[in-house]
Formats: sequence, structure tokens, C-alpha cells
Amino acid sequence: MIYFDNNDTTPLDPEALESMLPYLRDKFGNPASLHQYGLEAENALDKARETIAAVVNVEPKEIIFTSGATESNNLAIFGAARARPDRRHIIISSIEHSSVSEPAKRLENEGYRVTRLPVDGMGYISSEALREALDDDTALVSIVMANHEIGVIQEIQTLAEIAHSRGVWFHTDAAQALGKITFDVKALGVDFASFNGHKLHGPKGVGGLYFNRKARPKRLMEGAPQEFDLRPGTENVPGIVGFAKAVEIAARDQTVVIPEVRRLSAKLAGGLSTIEYTHLNGPPPEERLPGNLNITFLYIEGEAILMHLSNRGVCVSSGSACSSKSLVPSNVLTAIGLLHEEAHGAIRFSLSRFNTEAEVDEVIEHTTEVVQLLRSMTAFIPKMHSEREGGKGFYRKR
Amino acid sequence: MALKYSPTVIEHFTKPQNVGDICDADAVATEGSPACGDMITYSMKINPQTRIIEDVRFRSFGCASNIATASMATLMAKGKSIDDIKKMSHRDITVALGGLPAVKMHCSVLAVDGLKSAVKQWELEHGLVSDDNHILDRTAVTEALKGVLNPRTGCSLIDAKLINRMEIDNDEGRVFIEVMLCELDERFAENIEEEIREKIGALEGAQKVLVQFKPCEHIGKHLYF
Repeated sequence: MIYFDNNDTTPLDPEALESMLPYLRDKFGNPASLHQYGLEAENALDKARETIAAVVNVEPKEIIFTSGATESNNLAIFGAARARPDRRHIIISSIEHSSVSEPAKRLENEGYRVTRLPVDGMGYISSEALREALDDDTALVSIVMANHEIGVIQEIQTLAEIAHSRGVWFHTDAAQALGKITFDVKALGVDFASFNGHKLHGPKGVGGLYFNRKARPKRLMEGAPQEFDLRPGTENVPGIVGFAKAVEIAARDQTVVIPEVRRLSAKLAGGLSTIEYTHLNGPPPEERLPGNLNITFLYIEGEAILMHLSNRGVCVSSGSACSSKSLVPSNVLTAIGLLHEEAHGAIRFSLSRFNTEAEVDEVIEHTTEVVQLLRSMTAFIPKMHSEREGGKGFYRKR
Repeated sequence: MALKYSPTVIEHFTKPQNVGDICDADAVATEGSPACGDMITYSMKINPQTRIIEDVRFRSFGCASNIATASMATLMAKGKSIDDIKKMSHRDITVALGGLPAVKMHCSVLAVDGLKSAVKQWELEHGLVSDDNHILDRTAVTEALKGVLNPRTGCSLIDAKLINRMEIDNDEGRVFIEVMLCELDERFAENIEEEIREKIGALEGAQKVLVQFKPCEHIGKHLYF
């Protein structure tokens, strides 16, 4: 099997697994207990917090652990809205993950105004648009750092500065970014940042939220005062230990891994670009999230491509309506201006450091064959789609 | 959401039967559109004496179940009379495929509608039916809505009694449909609206289709699909 769906989830790093095992076996204590077992667990928790804080350059007391980025995003959005009840306006982008866009939608149903900033053809948000959207009623701006589908990386520092100039809190969903691009949360100047374990070879069911002293969200659940009184419930100690290990490994190996993953995905893009009527969605490989590619194969449908590739042992994901939970094409792909029929034929290939060059060659071969097979039987006869905005080429012009 | 396709669906998707075109076809029909991401083109040879479908082939732009349902539809149609096709239901294809996930049930509607379109076109060309049935009325709209399924349950809006209001203004060609929508179906609202527009919009005389949703409580019997 060739796994090219690492923006969905990743295989657990063996080192991370090893680090977790003692906490699933003998070191089972509850960090809240006062005895030896409790102390052992609490020490592990403290160490994990310090590790992650050091990697993203924040204070350990500014990181809390959650069940994943979905919870972190919910906590940041609802928590910020409730902490500033006098402000009734939220700004997000039109390419957010559902764990940001759905909380925003709920606030909208509760009477909030929600602005969804448009993006350009590559997926970038303009500072100008943000500046115009802000007003004295804005409580929070939430912009994804690296997009899960097209890998576009936003100018978070600039955007956060603009929000702060109007006294508005800034949250970024960094679930896809952590461990894959280097960033310094203090330098970015954001108030909240969401992290996830299983996108960087850590375990599932664990993530984190950064918050700073200036911006403290209201907790969403009531219970005991764990996680600085922001997130009740006994901590997932083995998960947190594994998450911290994964972050540590990513930081340790980044100078080797990031260029290598970039090289592999650029090679894959190059190989697939030779297929006719095919184009890359989002920024060029060197500009986007390492390992992420999103490619439209015109005149055929993504789920059919995905299923054929899966039968051949290649795992990818698709932006087509058929593979979505709501039967409409990906909001990210339509936001960057793709027609529905272009979004239906979109496939995301996402690589990690566990992928090899031989796999890239194999995937190029399989994909070329599958595309040819499906095109040979398509009912979608090319007429109006040979010309498109941005040119005919694989890499679009700006 | 991992889709659980039956072994027969997988088989027909992987090795579809009767793919391609018939060059000297007696009838050709396309159902669906590229924008919907769901499209089938059939070509048929029909014996004018026996009115039996002697050959049928398909082309598909769509997902795995679109390909599988079209493949099964051609197998089922071959050797049948045009009257058999007219009586065919999308459920016949679903059953023959060993079931489809609820969210994919609409593929079987498209597959059977395509066969019916091809047959109807042949009948029109041979003067066997007249094409004067243009009245935009409740019967025609209801018939069209039978082809719109709730993706969560796989049941049509008509069978599930989800149509709350239906208003037809014949002079302006305006159709207004109010659909009951429970919380579980909210994520499909956009899709349901598109489907209604497409199906009713295809009716002769329908100029404008307005769709409105009315929030409702869960309808018990569909809750656990």
C-alpha cells in the first residue's frame, strides 16, 4: 500500500509509539492525584507541555491539551466570543476547515455577524479585505495557517497585526502547519493557535491550544480545574506524551525532512503535469505546505479516480461532491474559483517523510493509467474547457 | 466517510459492462450534467418490429456507483422491450447491485432515467407517442420530485412525505416547493435544492423554481438510517 493521504491522518511514528507505551502500561496515574503515580503522570504532562512550547516558542503555561484541533478551534471561537460578549462580529476566511466554519455558522445562527473573507485564485487572503472587514464590534479573526486541501500558507503575522490594530483577537488553525513548516508563535503574534497530534505522526485524539495572557477564552465544559481551568477532564496522558514526542521529532529532523518531502511532491507534480487537461489547484509546490498537492483531472470524477487508485493500493483523497459529506464540491476549491466540474475531478495527494521516491514513481504510473482508463469511457465531452482563466498549463498564472 | 459498496458494485465499477458508443445507434440520451458531477450517456439499438433493445452501451462521468449503476442498467436493459424499460424502477437496479449506500441511491435514479429518456426519444422519432404532454401541473411536478432523494435516507422526498407545500403558477411557469428539513438533513440542503431545481427545471414550461426549507422535528422512521 502507498499512503499519500497524510493531510488526512498520518501513520504513528514508531518513536512516538514507544514513548506512549509506559503510560498505557505501568505509568497509568492520573496527573491530578497526589501520590507517586499521580506525580509521575503530572511530570510527563509537564515535560510534554515544555517540549511543545519550546518548539513553537511560547511559555508552557500558554499551552493546554485538548482532544484535537477540532476541539481547540471550537474552544478558541466559542471561548473568545463568550469572553468578549460585548462584541458580536466574527471574521473567518472562506477556506476554513469545518471545525472553524461550523462554529462560526452556529454563532451566526445565534445572532452574530460572520464575515467570510474571499481568497484569490491561489487561495491567499488579502490584508486589505481583512482591514475593511474589521470594525469595533469584531471579537475574533480566525484564519487557517496552512490549508488542508490546497496547502496555501497565509501571511499570519501581517493579518494578526491588522486585527490587533483594531483591538481584535486573532486565532489561527495550525493543525496542518505544525511539524511541516517552521513557525514561531510569539513572532506571529497570534492570540490563539490550534494544534493536532495525528497530522504529524502523533496519535489521534490529542491536540493543543495556545492562548496568551492577553486573550483568555471562556471554557466550554464544566468539571474539575484541569488545564489551567480551561479544559476539564482527566488528561489523555499517553496521547499527550506521544503528541509531544512527534512534535519533538518533527523539530529535530525538520532541516532534512522538509526539503526532502518538498522534493518528492515537486517530483510528483512534475510527473502528473505531463497528463493532458490537468492542472494544479493552489500555489506552486515550493510555496505550499510541503507534501501537499491538489490536482484536477478534467472530464473525470474524483471518487472514481480515488477508488481505482485504492484498488491499486494507492490511498489519496478527493474534493469531489461525491466524496464529500454534503454532496456539494469542496468549499475550498470553489472559493479559489474552480467550476463545479473542475472541483469534481480534484484529487489531493499528500506526502510525508515516510514516503519514498519509488512510491512517487509508482503513483505517477498508476494515476496516468487510471486517468486514461476513466477518460476513455467518460460522458463528459471536452468542449468549452480547453481554455480557462490562468492559462492552459499545469501551473496556473497569477 | 468511508463508503461501503457491495461486492457487486465494486465488480461493476472495476469491470464495467457495455462501455462505449454504438455508432449507428437508434437512440442516444444523456442524463445529468458535468456541473452535478453525475452524467450518463446511453446509445441503443432498438428493433423496430419487436421493440426490443438489442444492444445498449454507456459512457459515464461520475463516481464509482455512477459507473456501476450504468453498467448494471445496460445488462438489465439488453433484451428487454421498451415497455419493460418504462416499468423499470431505480430500486430494480439497486437490488440487482446488492444495495447502494443511501447517499448514492440517486445514482440509480439517474441510470434508470437515462434509459427511459433514450426509449422516449426513440418513440418520439418513430411517431409512437406525441410530445404534447406539456402541462405543468401537480402530477408532473410530483413525478419529477419522485426522482429527488434525501441523501441521508435514500428515500424520495415524495415517499418520505417531505414536501410541505407545492405551488404552481402556469402563466409565469413558476414552481414553488417547500421542503421539510430536519437538523440531520441540514448538511444536504444545498444538494437537495440543486436536485429539485434540476428535476423540475427540466419540465416543459417551468421557468423559475423556488425552493424553501421548513425546519422540522426528526421524522422517526428515518432517524437511524
